[in-house]
Formats: sequence, structure tokens, C-alpha cells
Amino acid sequence: MENYLSLFETYDVPAAFWVNIQLSFWAAIFALVIGTVLALFRISPIPSLQWFGAAYVNIFRNTPLTIILAFGFLGLFSVMQISLASDLNASLFRIAILGLALYHAAFVCEAIRSGVNTVPLGQAEAARAIGLSFLPAARLIILPQAFRGAIAPLGNVLIALIKNSTVAAAGSVATESSGLMKTMIEFRSDLVVPIFLTFALGFVILVIPIGLLTTWASRRLAVAR
Amino acid sequence: MSAQQVLFDAPGPRARRIILLGNIVGVLIAVAVLAWILSALAGKGQLAASMWTPFLESRTWEFFILPGLVNTLKAAGISIVTAVLFGLIFGVGRLSHSAPIRAVAGSVVEVLRAVPVLLMMIFFWLALGSSGAVKPQDAPLIAVVVALTLYNGSVIAELVRSGVHGLPRGQREAGMAIGLTRNQSLRNIEVPQALIAMLPALVSQFVVILKDSALGFIITYPELLQFTRRLGVGEGNVIPSLLVAAAIFILINFALSTLATRLSVLLSFRTKGRKPVAPGPLVPEAAAT
Amino acid sequence: MQKTRYAAAAVAAVAALTLSACGGGDSAESEGGESGGEMVRIGIKFDQPGLGYDEGGTYSGFDVDVAKYVANELGFGEDQIEFVEAPSANRENLLSNNQVDMIFATYSITDTRKETVDFGGPYFVAGQDLLVPTDSDITGPEDLEGKNLCSVTGSTSAQKIKDQYPGVQLVEQPGYAECVTAMGGGQIDAVTTDDIILAGLAAQEANAGKFKVVGNTFSEENYGVGLPKGSTERCEEVNAAITKMIEDGAWEEAITSNTEGADYEFNADLNPPTPAPCA
Repeated sequence: MENYLSLFETYDVPAAFWVNIQLSFWAAIFALVIGTVLALFRISPIPSLQWFGAAYVNIFRNTPLTIILAFGFLGLFSVMQISLASDLNASLFRIAILGLALYHAAFVCEAIRSGVNTVPLGQAEAARAIGLSFLPAARLIILPQAFRGAIAPLGNVLIALIKNSTVAAAGSVATESSGLMKTMIEFRSDLVVPIFLTFALGFVILVIPIGLLTTWASRRLAVAR
Repeated sequence: MSAQQVLFDAPGPRARRIILLGNIVGVLIAVAVLAWILSALAGKGQLAASMWTPFLESRTWEFFILPGLVNTLKAAGISIVTAVLFGLIFGVGRLSHSAPIRAVAGSVVEVLRAVPVLLMMIFFWLALGSSGAVKPQDAPLIAVVVALTLYNGSVIAELVRSGVHGLPRGQREAGMAIGLTRNQSLRNIEVPQALIAMLPALVSQFVVILKDSALGFIITYPELLQFTRRLGVGEGNVIPSLLVAAAIFILINFALSTLATRLSVLLSFRTKGRKPVAPGPLVPEAAAT
Repeated sequence: MQKTRYAAAAVAAVAALTLSACGGGDSAESEGGESGGEMVRIGIKFDQPGLGYDEGGTYSGFDVDVAKYVANELGFGEDQIEFVEAPSANRENLLSNNQVDMIFATYSITDTRKETVDFGGPYFVAGQDLLVPTDSDITGPEDLEGKNLCSVTGSTSAQKIKDQYPGVQLVEQPGYAECVTAMGGGQIDAVTTDDIILAGLAAQEANAGKFKVVGNTFSEENYGVGLPKGSTERCEEVNAAITKMIEDGAWEEAITSNTEGADYEFNADLNPPTPAPCA
């Protein structure tokens, strides 16, 4: 037990989780924005935008996240010379956020599209009947209802995003929790089970409330029909 | 709702012009972005012929890409079978008549769904490696399979549960009426129908398994990504190698996703009248990882 | 690539010649009884060009050349060697579970490792060094202040530099290939690990002339031959083979041919090493 507690003096476990939380927070915001735009593309009247939205979703949804994060470092950072901050590690941190956001945006897009599917036909017809064109109709009528219908799937994307932030270690953010767990086990292989359980518990604490919250919210905010 | 048709009017002459303009601008932007990326790649010599010629040699495919692909498919294939078994057992467990079984199955599924696959892989890899219970060379494969099974099995358990819940109540009632016990009705009547309804979502989950098997390279499992990196380090063409690996993943997963969509269309006829479990993003967790 | 392959073929040919030359000597006969038709399983790296690299069914690199020479001295012909991948994390396990007979995989001799495995050799003394672009003016870790340094995830060597020179910006990547690609793009100023590993990376045809090994080593890593605990006899044989390899010039030949084009010279003060007495 003392052995176990001494781990926390040597290794800063909360800091590693904090890195995951930060990664997830920013990536979630960007993924939501990009995903909403993609969903708009996919339901828009312009064929090239529809095509772009579909192509984006099919490519990013079907590529392993590790490859996307590797391209963030090799492609964006090394070859395209894109620096998102003057400090190197801050720059790589933001590139990891970008990679996570681009990947999950595809799932956000599909979640919102499924939300759009819950909006009854009459709503769109009514919107058109009062003379709204595509963008105002989407903004005022369709999307607000679609988001309510999409809360549960969006919550699941958020949960997946939090868990996937551990893959960022394979990209370039070595300070997050899966990297720390690996180091800790390699140096203290006698405590392999307690170390794993600590990290697993951390994610359970992070993830399960979000699941409960989104389930509650999706019931609460569901459009009564 | 079929948004495409109702969200906007059939375009008139002016709207058609705007759409045409939009299309042209869209294509121009796409071409410009593509040109920018290509010129940056070319500027760093990534498009040089020597970067790509290795992919024309049979040696590259015979010793790097195909063995990697075989290992990826092996890990994913085994995991698919074990995850479906795990999902069936725990899914039925969650529907069990007995409260303790329900509680145990429920908490196992909830916890396993909350733990990142990568953490499980690293844990099983290091724990198995040092325990000496398995050959060190086998530890990575076993760790990949166990981690993928526990996580995806839990997701499949949820699919089974929601599939059974989606069935009309009359199915169970009919089962009971002909004298089956609740468990018999579950096994013989409800789960088989739920399986058909959840087939599209199940296939989508296979895409997740295949993608996540790529995490195996972090724990030294020699899957496709590991082999393409090895190729890349030897030929000095890491970026082209990863692009080829990505293309292979996209092709296989796209085929699986298309199959899932086809199945859901097909089954929506077959199972008309009840709620099919929708594929992909509609189903929690199947959406992402 | 064409060139590397010819080079590899040439190395193989040279190795084969030297090997067959030795095989004709006393060793094959004297050890014959022990090994007739048997296989020896040797753990090497599969992904470390210049040291241990799987070319696709054939293996190349300095570790591989030493392994073949030593195996031959022990009475195993080249067709009696089975190469097994020995990633860093698995090396002790592979030996203690008897999955391999010997390991030649940039395996540094340390006191902690000696508790679980035996070591023959050392057959090479490497040192932590820096790989930089050819036109770089970095000559040692003290020049790294404010520069971007790349290493692989979890590498303690990179962390040491970071601790000593807090101004260094450290990037950790899953493999050295990523580091080298990033340095080729100009976003990374230096890559750090053992000098011979860096030389192997720089010697790849695709990297020819782009990078140089600084040649200012700031640590000592004694590469040993990993053996299962309690193989003192085997250790003596391995040491004799290494000594012979150094004496007849095959050792230097193996280093030169595997680092050709890298602008690299091994640390001549420490190399070639004298194998340490077996415990």
C-alpha cells in the first residue's frame, strides 16, 4: 500500500489526466464546429458541397486515428511547416487537438445528420411555407431541433473522444495518461495491476457522468411529439 | 425526414446559377488546397519517384504490406469472433431474469466501455509479458485481441440489449404463451431476431475493431502500420508508406461501411414495423473510437 | 534503394566469404557435435536499419553481421540461424523464457539487467550522440539550447539532455523514422540516441548526404550479447568469437559497410572493446 502511494509522489498522475481533459475539451469544440459545417454541407442544395461532406466523412471515419495523428506530425508539422504556436510542444499539442478534432468531426457530422432525421418532414415544409430559404431554415428550424435529437449520439462521440485522447501519445503528446501509465508500469512492474486500475478508474470517473448526463439531457430536451 | 428534398425548393434559374457558381468555387477551392498540399509535398521531395517506386516492387508487397495486412486481419478477425461471443453472453446477461446477473453484467459492460482500448492493450501487453504466462512473442497479439474483445464485446452487448428492447412485446408474450420460460424465449425467439435487426450496427462495429487493431503497433504487434513504418524507415519514405497504409484501411473499412448501409436498407424492408437498430452513429458507441 | 540493396548484397557476400573462411578453420569441427543440424535462435531488431533490419526475408546490419560471425564460430552455419524479433521491451523476457538463445539487439550491459540475464561481449561501445543536418553547426548537447530535439517515446537518454539543458525543446515520437523525416523537413534540429543507431539511420540511401553524426558522444553504452542466466560456458565461446572477429578485421569491415555514407567514425578510444570476463 505504501509502495502504491509512493507512486503518486514520483509520478504526477493528475497532471497526465489534465492533459487528456485539455486535449478533449478543445478537440470537442473544434469537432463540433467542423462537424456541424459538414452536416450542413451534406444537407445543402449544392452538389459539390454534398460530395465534399460525404467524401470527408468516408475518409476520416475509415482511417485509424493513429494514422491521422501521425500525419498531423509528419504532414502538417514536418512537411507543410505549419506551426500553431511559437513553442514547439504547444504547437504539437495543438496539432494533436486538430487531428482529434478532424477525426471526430466526421462522427459529429453523422450524429447531427441522425438528429436531422428525427425532425419531422412537416417542420421543413412549414419553414419553406413561411418563405425561409435553405440557410435560415436550417439555422432557425432544423438545426435547433436536430441538436436536441442528436444529444445522445453527440454525447457518445464526446465519450469516444475523451478515450481516444490517449492515442495522442502515439502522435506527439507524450505527457498524457497512456504514456505515463506505460512508463510507470515499465519502472514498477510489481505494481502493474494497481497502476492499471488507477488509470482505468480515472477514465470511468471521467466518462460515466458524461454518459448519464447526456442520457438525462436527451430525455429532458427531446422534442415532445 | 428526407432533408434533401424538402429543405429547399427545386432550384429556379437564379438558384441554379448560384448553385453552379457554388460548385465552381467549391471545386476551385478543392483544387487549390490539393495543389498547395502537393506542392508542399513536392517541395520536400515527398513526391520524388524514388519515394514511390518501392510500391511497384513485388518485394515490398510480399515482405511488408501483405504480411502486415495478414496480421491486421488476423487480430481483427479473432477479435470479431470473440467480441461477438462476449457481447452475446453479456447482452443476454443484461437481459437476464435474475437481478444479480443483470447487475454484474451491467457493471462489467459499463466499466469496460469507459476504459480506453489503448490503456487495456498496454496493460495486458506489459502484464502478460512479465508474467511469463505466454510466450513473449505472443503477448502483443493476445493483448490486442483481449483489449479489442473486452471493449467491443461490451458495445455489442449493448447492441444485443437494445436490439431485444426494440422488438415488439408480442414476441415475448407469444413465446410465453406456447409455454417457453423467459430465458427460453430470450434465447430462441428474441435474440435471434435482435441479431438480424442489429446486423448493420454490428458490421459498423467491425470497422471499429479493424481500425483499433492499428493501435497494436504501439505495443509492437507487427500489424500493417508496424510493417509500413518498417518499410518507411528502410526506404526513407515514411509519409508515402503511411499514405498507402491509410488507403488500404480506408478501402477495407469503406467496403464494410457500405455493406452496413446496404444491410440496413435491406433489413428495413424485412423488419418493417419494428424499429431496426440503425447503423453507425445512431447507435451509441458504435459511432466512434 | 537500388544502391542500398547492392551494398547489402556486397556486405552479405563479404560476410559469407569471411564466414566460410572461418568455417573452414577449427571452430566448425570442434563445435560440430553440439549443433549438427540444430538451429540457433538469435534475437535481433527488425526495424533498426544499419543494426538489425528485416529487408524482407533477409536481414542486414551490424548486429546481424556480428551475430552471424559469432554463430558461425559456435558451429552454426548461416542456414542454421533463425532470427527472431527482439523489441527492447521484450529482451529480458525472451531470454528468461528461453525463446531465443542469444540476443544481438543494441543491448546495453547494465547492472540491473545482469540480475536477470548474462552478457557476452561487449562487442561494441556506443555512446549517446546527436544526428544533425549536414550544414548544422551543432557540435554537442550544449548547442541545443532553444533547439528542437527529437527522440522516441519513453527514451531516458533524451530526458537526460532535457534535464541538463532545460532550454531544449524535446519532441517524443513513436520511432526514429518520424524524427528523421521531421528533421528532413527542417522542423527538428537534432535527433538523439546511440551514435551507431544514428549512423545506421543516416546511412540509408534515401538520407545519403543529408545528415551527419556529430561524433561527440556523452555516454557509454556497452553493447553485449544477451544470454540466458547461467550460460557462462556459452559466454566464454561468444567472447572468443568476438575477439577473433575483431582480430581478423571482420569487425571493422562490418561497421564500415553498415554505416557507409553516414559520415560516421566510431569512437576509437573505446572501440574495439575487449570482451569482459564471464561471471
